Amino acid sequence: MKHLILTTALVLSAPAAFACETVTVGDLTIQHAWSKASIGVDRPAVFYVEITNSGSSDDALVGISTPAAGMPMLHETVVTDGIASMPHAMSVPVPAGQTVQLAPGGYHGMLMGLTAALKEGDRFPVTLTFEKAGAVTANVDVLPLRSEGPDCADAGQ
Amino acid sequence: MRGRRAVILGLGGAAGAVAFMLGLGAWRTRNRPAANAVLPLPVSNMGWQLTDHRGQTVRPTDWLGRPVMAFFGFTWCPDVCPTTLSAISGWLEELGAEADRLTVALISVDPERDTPDVLADYVGNFDPRIVGLTGPEAQVARAAEDFRVTYRKVPRDDGDYTMDHTAGVFLFYADGRFASIIDFHEDRRFALPRIRRTLN
Ligand SMILES: [Cu+2]
Repeated sequence: MKHLILTTALVLSAPAAFACETVTVGDLTIQHAWSKASIGVDRPAVFYVEITNSGSSDDALVGISTPAAGMPMLHETVVTDGIASMPHAMSVPVPAGQTVQLAPGGYHGMLMGLTAALKEGDRFPVTLTFEKAGAVTANVDVLPLRSEGPDCADAGQ
Repeated sequence: MRGRRAVILGLGGAAGAVAFMLGLGAWRTRNRPAANAVLPLPVSNMGWQLTDHRGQTVRPTDWLGRPVMAFFGFTWCPDVCPTTLSAISGWLEELGAEADRLTVALISVDPERDTPDVLADYVGNFDPRIVGLTGPEAQVARAAEDFRVTYRKVPRDDGDYTMDHTAGVFLFYADGRFASIIDFHEDRRFALPRIRRTLN
């Protein structure tokens, strides 16, 4: 019985394995890298991630690149007087001692010019470039379009 | 001493009440026209005609008799719209069969790309009770006007375009009266009781 429960838990958590993986560069920890399934290649897709700066100096995410999209870009969803827009973000601040999220309704990677449709269960790499820490590559899990984030045991959201 | 304080408090309270009533009066006078310009029309006064994702014609009169939850969006929208649709799907699931009495609609602000078939592909990813609506640009504009909603086309860096649009979720009672708006960044826990209020 115990074995069965364990197996079930493993099966359930398997699809989110990569999103729950952690990569580090300098004082930065990157985890919960995920995206949503796309309908075809014409629509822009998204990239979400969580970055923790355990160091004592501020850093900033200044760019993203990925073989999955011809034109990846940092955006921020802003709601002004009830109207949502998503201007280009030159950088996403990652202050010392803080955790910053690219998450639904806020900062996001906007993946324009998809090279292939993103299907649930797919994985693709995204390289994040930080002002000070440099570049690091994270594996991104494609979750259903309906998903609100990866289901990690340690998920901070 | 205690008596005197009570009198002072009483006077203060009365003065406060008068000030409040005066203030309220002023607020009412000042804001009456503005409030009407901002709040959506009752469904019974709306005048649009759209097509749903199954190809059926839908008019505001078709909505009367059932509470309505409606919002504006478009299927090329990567962040705000799927986030809203996920939230709505979650609310509908929590309400269960109770939500079967609710009309739930996504009205496209991008009819150029969102044909009924495109909408069908899109809403199919969410709760099956969500209906996608689109139509000629003039009818979408009319719906936006009736809801007091804003939308505009914004060119994107890659030559494509995106849409800025009002992101709130509108609630109406079964008789068509406007109930409230669930703002995009509002705490989700407050949404359910407000949806329930339109159901009862
Ligand atoms: Cu964006």
